[in-house]
Amino acid sequence: MERESVITVEGLSKRYVIGHETRHDTLRDRLAQGAGSWWRRLRGAGGAQIDKEEFWALSDVSFKVGRGEVLGVVGRNGAGKSTLLKILSRITDPTAGTVRLLGRAASLLEVGTGFHPELTGRENILLNGAILGMRRKEIRAKFDEIVAFAEVQRFLDTPVKHYSSGMYVRLAFAIAAHLEPEILIIDEVLAVGDTAFQKKCLGKMRDVARGEGRTVLFVSHNLPIVRQVCSRAILLESGRLTADGPTNVVLGVYAHGLEENQLARVPEPTPELRERAYVSAVRVETLDQRTLAFARVGEPWRVRIRIVAARALADFVVALGVITSENLGLQTVWSAPCRIEPGEHEIIFTQDSVALAADSYTLVVGLSVADQTIQQFDAARLEITGENPMILCAASSGFGLVINSMRVETRKL
Amino acid sequence: MPFQAAETQITAGRQDKAYWADLWNYRELLGFLAWRDVKVRYKQATLGIAWAVVQPAITMVIFTFVFGKLANMPNDNTPYPLVVLAGLLPWQLFSSAFSGASGSLLNNASLVSKVYFPRLIIPLSALAVALVDFAVVLSLYTAMMLWFGVLPSWHVVFLPLFILLALLAAFGTGAWLTALTVQYRDFRFIAPFMLQVGIFLSPVGFRTDNMPNWRGLLGLNPLTGVIDGFRWCLLGKSATLDPSVIVTSVVLIAILVFTGVWYFRHTERLLADNI
Repeated sequence: MERESVITVEGLSKRYVIGHETRHDTLRDRLAQGAGSWWRRLRGAGGAQIDKEEFWALSDVSFKVGRGEVLGVVGRNGAGKSTLLKILSRITDPTAGTVRLLGRAASLLEVGTGFHPELTGRENILLNGAILGMRRKEIRAKFDEIVAFAEVQRFLDTPVKHYSSGMYVRLAFAIAAHLEPEILIIDEVLAVGDTAFQKKCLGKMRDVARGEGRTVLFVSHNLPIVRQVCSRAILLESGRLTADGPTNVVLGVYAHGLEENQLARVPEPTPELRERAYVSAVRVETLDQRTLAFARVGEPWRVRIRIVAARALADFVVALGVITSENLGLQTVWSAPCRIEPGEHEIIFTQDSVALAADSYTLVVGLSVADQTIQQFDAARLEITGENPMILCAASSGFGLVINSMRVETRKL
Repeated sequence: MPFQAAETQITAGRQDKAYWADLWNYRELLGFLAWRDVKVRYKQATLGIAWAVVQPAITMVIFTFVFGKLANMPNDNTPYPLVVLAGLLPWQLFSSAFSGASGSLLNNASLVSKVYFPRLIIPLSALAVALVDFAVVLSLYTAMMLWFGVLPSWHVVFLPLFILLALLAAFGTGAWLTALTVQYRDFRFIAPFMLQVGIFLSPVGFRTDNMPNWRGLLGLNPLTGVIDGFRWCLLGKSATLDPSVIVTSVVLIAILVFTGVWYFRHTERLLADNI
């Protein structure tokens, strides 16, 4: 059945002018520039300002979203996701193209926008509700529900500057979640808050879409969460829409792009490191040496690290750290301290004995000489996705991050 | 559950008709922002209301001394402090509304770059804070009147008109300045300077009917008509009102408001990208 489309985007483009013109130009600059261009024109050089550079944050993007759909928007940093959301939430105007929105749209581009630290929780609920487009009556009617959802009953009359960051986020999300717009636009809200609350938010988002027939546009770097909540996704690459379809398919295309990018994450070594030793390449791969950005839960994977040593070094250690999407250091592995000779070396870390739960992991590579770290950086991102719905997403399921890492014996007594 | 399927269209051009409707739809937000500003202002300043009284009271004492005693301006039997305070009232209203409005967009940068609403609401809400301060100074004036035993004439019923005129003057200039400030940060320093100079170019410390030769020139300052009007309302017949000065003021303020709103709307689309 063809659903009525609530969001219709056609040929949307947004151009920014960057370059030598400073962002917050002063009047003096503008006057000087004006005089300059006037002078050029006078000399017949044409009015065009050569020193300006155009940048298309979005170009010719078209898609439709039906009622009750939860659409994931994925893409690398700078691909145009935020610009798209800014246009949809009417914060900035497009350069070309049109958007038609059917019904009220509310956006949550950052949690707690418009919160004032001096005002109490109660006052901020009223204020923030109004900022997000709620009527006074609606806020009154929803007030108790918001407070209960945010779990801040005891601190209602405390200025929010005294809130913990968790409370702050809970309150902000609660207000937005009870907004009841026909279209809800969310950008990376779930990156914060504790696990239990994240789970609650995801549940609320699904209720909003399925139960109440509202449309949600969801941008996140946390691919397992996108996979879990969104039925459909679009992929933006350098301002263009390059994939639109079922979440699994689009994330597959996205992962393929990430794979090509795997080797590019090694930083340029400093002169100091060049004199000692540095990492020249990092590659995440399967056991049969295919590059890997997505692994299934339980599927073995390995990290191949190339090192260039300028001279012989004693007590040399290579370390690999695995960090979860919630910034929890999950595991660290060291190579045995040894002496290395000048030249190129390869170190391979293989994960085949323990399964990690589905999440978006960051792999950190470090080098140390005689207990002193000489180089350390985020080398790659590894998405582990689960087939089993029980472990779809550790961050929201409440299950452990390390799966079946113990021997279990059962016998009848 | 039935949806109210109001359609919104976002295109590259400007959407004027919808804008004014939106301004009306967001009137509650205007109220909330004004309420927030008033609340925060009186929460943060421990002296709160006292501060709003002390400032004009000290200015009044100084101006009474300079213009009433040193310059020995005639006062037609009206106590000179009242003459000064009646001029200070609209000035204070204008200056606090103007400085609030001119800094309003930068102060609300996080809102402007993250949530949609008609941006004109921001400078408008700054006017409300000025009105609260004005109410405080007005009560100071009332107390002074009772102290001197002077009663206002029937002219006082026109006072709201002149209050409105002072607010419009502040809104027109404030809209210009706040939009300019976002584009060119230099204008942040221009607003305080304008106020510093403005108090001497406006007839705050003296009455224009005492300076017939200069009245035409002073009338080019849109606030002259407003201040004359306040004196006429509060001090009764003792301060004469020149209709031509009032008309000039109204026309100038109307031009300021229309061009101010025009320029604000003109730059509004770029605000989120520039702020």
